[in-house]
Amino acid sequence: MEMIQTPEINLSAICHILTLCVTGLLILVLDLFINDQKLLPFKIDKKLLPYVALGGVILAGISSMNDFGPAVYAFNNTIAADNFAAFFNVIFCIGTALTIMISINYMEQEDLNHSEYYALLLFATAGMMLMALAASLITVFLGLELMSISLYILAGFNRAKVESTESALKYFLLGAFATGFLLYGMALIYGATGSTNLKEIAAAIKGDTLNSATLLYLGTGLMVIGLGFKVASVPFHMWTPDVYEGAPTAITAFMSVGPKAAGFAAFFRVFLVGLGGITDHWVSLIWVIAALTMTVGNLTALAQTNIKRMLAYSSISHAGYVLVALVAANEIGSTAVLYYMLAYAFMNIGAFTVVIVLGKKGEENLNLEDYSGLASRHPLLGFTMAVFMFSLAGIPPLAGFFGKFYIFSAAIKAGYVGLAVIGLLNSVVAVFYYLRITVLIYIKDPVREFPPLSISPFTLAALVIAVIGTIQLGIFPSWILEIAQSSSLF
Amino acid sequence: MLNQYLGVLILLVLATGTAVGMLTLTSLLGPKKSFPDKMEPFECGKKPIVSPRQRFSVKFYLTAVLFILFDIEAVFLYPWAILFKKLGWFGFVEMLLFIVVLGIGLVYVWKKGALKWE
Amino acid sequence: MELLIFFIFGGVAVLAAFLMIISWNPVAAVLNMILVMFCLAGLFVLLNAHFIAAIQILVYAGAIMVLFMFIIMLLNLRGNEPIWKSRDKNVLLSFLGFLLAVGAFIKLFSTLKASGLNQGTQIGEDFGTTALVGKILFTDYLLPFEIASILLLVAIIGAVMLAKTKID
Repeated sequence: MEMIQTPEINLSAICHILTLCVTGLLILVLDLFINDQKLLPFKIDKKLLPYVALGGVILAGISSMNDFGPAVYAFNNTIAADNFAAFFNVIFCIGTALTIMISINYMEQEDLNHSEYYALLLFATAGMMLMALAASLITVFLGLELMSISLYILAGFNRAKVESTESALKYFLLGAFATGFLLYGMALIYGATGSTNLKEIAAAIKGDTLNSATLLYLGTGLMVIGLGFKVASVPFHMWTPDVYEGAPTAITAFMSVGPKAAGFAAFFRVFLVGLGGITDHWVSLIWVIAALTMTVGNLTALAQTNIKRMLAYSSISHAGYVLVALVAANEIGSTAVLYYMLAYAFMNIGAFTVVIVLGKKGEENLNLEDYSGLASRHPLLGFTMAVFMFSLAGIPPLAGFFGKFYIFSAAIKAGYVGLAVIGLLNSVVAVFYYLRITVLIYIKDPVREFPPLSISPFTLAALVIAVIGTIQLGIFPSWILEIAQSSSLF
Repeated sequence: MLNQYLGVLILLVLATGTAVGMLTLTSLLGPKKSFPDKMEPFECGKKPIVSPRQRFSVKFYLTAVLFILFDIEAVFLYPWAILFKKLGWFGFVEMLLFIVVLGIGLVYVWKKGALKWE
Repeated sequence: MELLIFFIFGGVAVLAAFLMIISWNPVAAVLNMILVMFCLAGLFVLLNAHFIAAIQILVYAGAIMVLFMFIIMLLNLRGNEPIWKSRDKNVLLSFLGFLLAVGAFIKLFSTLKASGLNQGTQIGEDFGTTALVGKILFTDYLLPFEIASILLLVAIIGAVMLAKTKID
């Protein structure tokens, strides 16, 4: 009998994913036996479990930082642990860590303190990392599903609220549909090239050994739909406002950062590494989607009166800016995306943290009017919100400005001046609605009573980290840009 | 390779033929005498008081979903069982990890009381 | 012979799918869908995907359709309910959608025919058998296989979190 050769196993390449999965499993098991003193030799309080999760994420983040260096291909080339993945993994860890920090108090306040929440956050992060590390369509798909299924559950976590259930249901139905498109696209690409490995797909395109060019283009189009849904680009964005509004605010913060970044990581990997040889065929499609996404996102955001919906449309428009970098398909574009997603993680989670801090159970104060006169009562909180709004609007010297600047210069360098102009015009529109909140905060008189703030230490820490990140990335962008440059896909 | 499916095909044809044949034959040969009382729905000799189609409890759904998830786990076991000897210890450890993770899932379901009918 | 089997399975699948869509009775729709799944398994066999064919019957035609039945019984939908009738209003929309789909398919087939398919890779005798699928799954795709267990675990948590009547 012929034995099957044991494949080469490189656990150090997936150290961070392992850390997250093991911590998630640990939390699940500890939660089950927490009241069972006979089975557990030591006593542990349920309230400690979020900190276990936070520790796991920080460990995973440190291990991701160790990944910078020469690229490692592992597990029969299904995993590519290069700098690009490492940079994204750090972004995911920052996003998840900040989410956990703002969740601890929020989930208790909303009576949702189930430990599964933290386990699911960790599993979702593992899925995102898998997407960033993917060197094969199969890994992209599995990572995407792991992330998405966790998110469907998290969006519906507040079962007592109809909006939350509605959000989960909408997200799940449309998400499953989009996954179908994505999978069909992958199958067609596999049929056309004979491989699911991104490098082999690229080689098949370059060497002209395709089974059918038509199937390849068809598969590419279907993948644009599938991934376009996941990053919430127009016209696949319809789910975003409802899902963002209904989900628990901490999860909205999480969803708008990590999963979006992961979607872009997969987008860039598949389209630049795998399908880089047929750029001419997909670039005009992405061009249109990017222009539409920016314009529709910004124009609709103008009309919103609910802060969560406004931030949802703002996140759609930001997806448009990032797609501009994909159109550019050059080194600056790839660098700019890494920088932009990092900056976006800080400023967006920061903005949602302020939303959380101002709400209390049953009364979330989500109307824009509720922010009137915030600065006169809580000057520091008003200032932080203003910082995040200015940064999201792209006003120098904050992080958002440099992100946009590099993305548009990448587009100009690649010769897409028209798209860059559309982007710039959109940034002007965006200033309008971000500034409106700042005006409300500073100039308007308060329309309601502001109760004294009871801000928990971890939420405060998250807020401080987000502010420092936003300002620091804006004032001293060079060192992070250097790292981003060494992490670009080109 | 396809020849191996000959048996399946014959079974398929036989089974379909028997079922279809029996239905046609009974409807052709059986006596058909219908009168109003015979056509009325009844339950234990009484007239039904509510519609027989009641809503199911959501608890059935939970059980069904859990069944499917563990059924999919079993799908992975078939190829593993075939290759068990060829894969050696490596395959054993590999599947052990897989089963342990899903085992945690089972313990989770159990401890949460999702298997209890309440 | 193979072509004949293909047309029988393919034809029945298309017919059953059509019946599933137009049927007013949800239970009948499910039964038709089971037939579609079964015919797909037959098509998989013709494509030498033996393992997938068996799984198709076990998981899809078996387990997943049971779930569909459950959901229909949970919702207790009947053909005469107003919400069910609402799809009547969309006749024009469905017709336009149908035209669009037909147009897209014609375009697609003409393009495919014009460009032509190269001769696909020749496959080995044992392609698609359980043993070969297993060998690739447990060696080349070791990591995706293990991640699948986490994926299933997440789905289990989701089922309990969202569908259990009481959570403590």
